[in-house]
Parts: sequence; C-alpha cells; structure tokens
Amino acid sequence: MTTETLAKTPLHALHLELGARMVPFAGYDMPVQYPLGVMKEHLHTREAAGLFDVSHMGQIILRGPQAAAALERLVPVDIVDLPVGMQRYAMFTDDQGGILDDLMVANLGDDTLFLVVNAACKHQDLMHLQLQIASQCQIEPCFDRALLALQGPQAVDVLARLAPEVAKMTFMQFAPVRLLGVDCFVSRSGYTGEDGYEISVPAAHAEALARSLLAEPEVAAIGLGARDSLRLEAGLCLYGHDMSSSTTPIEASLLWAISKARRADGARAGGFPGAERIFAQQQQGVASKRVGLLPQERVPVREGAEIVDADGNVIGSVCSGGFGPTLGAPVAMGYLQSSHTALDTPVWAMVRGKRVAMKVAKTPFVPQRYYRG
Amino acid sequence: MSELRFTVEHEWLRQDADGLVTVGITAYAQEALGDVVFVQLPDLQNYAEGAEVAVLESVKAASNIAMPLDGEVLEINPELEASPELVNQDPLGQGWFFRFRPTNASAVADLLDQAAYERLLNANADA
Repeated sequence: MTTETLAKTPLHALHLELGARMVPFAGYDMPVQYPLGVMKEHLHTREAAGLFDVSHMGQIILRGPQAAAALERLVPVDIVDLPVGMQRYAMFTDDQGGILDDLMVANLGDDTLFLVVNAACKHQDLMHLQLQIASQCQIEPCFDRALLALQGPQAVDVLARLAPEVAKMTFMQFAPVRLLGVDCFVSRSGYTGEDGYEISVPAAHAEALARSLLAEPEVAAIGLGARDSLRLEAGLCLYGHDMSSSTTPIEASLLWAISKARRADGARAGGFPGAERIFAQQQQGVASKRVGLLPQERVPVREGAEIVDADGNVIGSVCSGGFGPTLGAPVAMGYLQSSHTALDTPVWAMVRGKRVAMKVAKTPFVPQRYYRG
Repeated sequence: MSELRFTVEHEWLRQDADGLVTVGITAYAQEALGDVVFVQLPDLQNYAEGAEVAVLESVKAASNIAMPLDGEVLEINPELEASPELVNQDPLGQGWFFRFRPTNASAVADLLDQAAYERLLNANADA
C-alpha cells in the first residue's frame, strides 16, 4: 500500500513537523515513533505525560430511549444500568461467542451512548450496528472526530490547566468538557496502565489542542510503538492479536468484563450473541486460554512463537510479545492449553530454533496506576 | 585504523592489523532500527556470505544481520549481552558485533567505500 492511498488523521501534518516516522496502520498513515525513540517515549509516559494521536479509532454515537437496551443485545455487558457520566469496557460477540471487536461505551445522558471502537474494525462495527439495531436507535458515525490520549502521572496536572474540573474525575468517568473554547468529550481512561485521559475533539480543533498540550513542559508526543509496549506491560489486550473472532471472552481471560447482570445467574442473563457457548465455557472450562508470560532470558519472544512443554510438545503460541522498557525485560502474552496455565508454570518458546525458558505470570507486568479517587 | 568498507545492508567492516575484520552496523542503520534491546551474536564457526549470523531486536521488531563475506567468526563482542544499547550509542565503536577471518582477504576492499556508501544513503533518501 502506498502512502497516497492511506487516510490521514487531523494531526498528520503535525506528526511530520515533529519528525515522526510514519507507518501504515489500519489504513492510516500513523506515527510509530518520534525522534525521542520508542524506549524514551515509553519511559516518558510512565514518568510524566505522553500525548498520543488515536484519531484512527472509530467514534460512534447511539441515540434514543432504546439505545442501551439495543446495544445490550450485542455485548455481554451491563449498558442499561451504566450510570450517566461513566464509561465501561465491552466487546461485540458473534454467534459462537467469538470477539468481533472490543470497545468503550460511555453514557452521555439524554439517551445517548458514545462508543470508541478499533480502527481496523470500525466500518465492520458500524455495519454490525446498522444491521442489528438500526430499528431501535439512531446510529451516528463520527469518524471525522479526532481522539487524543494524554497519559501518564502528570496528565492530570496538564489537562487541569485547561479545565480544572478534570482533576476531580475518577477512572472511567466521562464528561463533556470545554477545552480552549471547544466542546470536547473527556474520559479518564486510556491504554497504557497509567492515569490519564482520552479526549474526543472535533477535527478542526484537534491540532490547536494538540499543540497546546505539547507546549506544556511535561508532555511529549508518543507514537504507536510505545503505545504497544505500554499496553503490553499493562497486560491490556490488542484486538486481532490477543483476541479475535476465533477466541471467546472466556478463552481471552476477559471474564471480568462480562457484567454480573449478564452472566448465567444475573438479572438480565444472556441475550447477547454466543451467550450459551460462553456460559458453557465458563462452567466447564476451556481447552486453552490467554495468560501472561515472562521470558527468563533477555531475548524478546514475539507474536507467533510456538510454546512447548518440557517434553517438546506444542502447547500454545505467543499472541503479543516484545520488550518492556519499564520492566527492563521482555514480556509476552500467549494462549496455552489450560493444563499449563497455573502461575509460575515453566514453559518454553521456540525462537529461531532455540528454546527460551518462560514462566506463566500475572498481568499486568507493571502495576496499573489508575486514579480511583 | 584502516578505512571502513560497507555493505548495502548497512554493515561496516574494518580490516584490522591482525588480519581479522571487525563488523558492525552503521549510524544510519541503528537510527532506522531504533532502540536495540537484545543482540543474538553468531557462533564461532564458518559462515557463507549472506548467511544469517546475528539478530538485532529493537523494542518493536527483530532484524537479521547477514554475513558480509565468506569467513570464520573468531570473536564476538561480549559487552552486547549486558549492554545492547551500545549499538545505538556507539555503532562504529563499542557497538561492534563480531570479528572474522575472510576466506578471501582481498574481498573486503571490493565492498563499498565511504563515498559509495554515502551515495547509497543519498539515493535512499531521494527515493
């Protein structure tokens, strides 16, 4: 794919001006790193604040008195009782319980829901919504809005200079906030394991906001390279790698994301695609599931590496892997036969024909530091 | 120190006084790769030109290093195991990878010289 056919976010010119190295990602020409480099960008985010352009992600608004009930037919998550001003993690499932995409859902009040879905899935997600629930609510894609993420322990100090009220928000709260005179949506959340915010801003105002945030001494521009290493250290799944339509939430170790009200013994049990299979798996267990893996040597173990047991039998494979700059060591996640998923179980990855010892490990690999008030 | 030679894969070679040739990657290559976090170095043995002798792992990806000429690897840089960042910090010095004895000693001189390598970089930049 040549760059001419790639879409550009509203911050594209700014990325070039900042000296970013651009790569194709989900049909967009995106910054993978800036002159600071992946390692320093990663560390800077954990120590101060990083600004990410995630405008390639899809933003969709659902409106109408039936919107929450309608969305509940597509996700195993409690949307009906999602309080106004709160955001919740969810996933679209298919009839086999496979994950079609993962997303964030926020309740804006006035029968309005705000969704953020993955870039690579957004057109398919929109079609899914239109096919399944268009008769029950209004569906408005806002693919031209920009999305900025400001992440890190000093994100709060930076954003509160523009809007003091954001300092009072807690993890997963969501609010309309005026920034530089522009109506934005702000959530206290992110994809790094750090405290921080995601800011939905109209495209025409995105660059001014980004420049204003970058002018603050704590803030550096951070590319997709560090975004990946940050989320991996935080144990957060990447759609298409750590979960897909061929894995269920149970296999992906995302049972925590299935709301109590929607479980087999819940007040509104089931009623989402694949519920029977997901409930059966929850009760009877699964053949393989996602776990954290810590290589015991310095060599990074990448996605696709086979995992074997002590006898050399293949028992799974790595779904995400790389180097964790904060940990100062390689980190990975993989799918393993359930018999080998107990913490500290020794397993081996095959890297260029050689065995690399690994241990099944807890995620996150570095502590999450969300602000819970 | 003798004049450096280069390959199109952005390796540098230096003919040392003891007849061995030291190999590393250029400043351009380390810049393109980004932060190096692990280097897998070759075994002490014969390799054919083009054989994969080393692997450089950056935070994001792995890159193969090819043997620049037929020869026998006799020494590897022991510092890189604990300090792979030397490849970024001092690519032409402390970040060297290995030393080898070329099967054909005169083949080194046939590789790109500094001027030819710079023309290659300029051509890449214009492409």
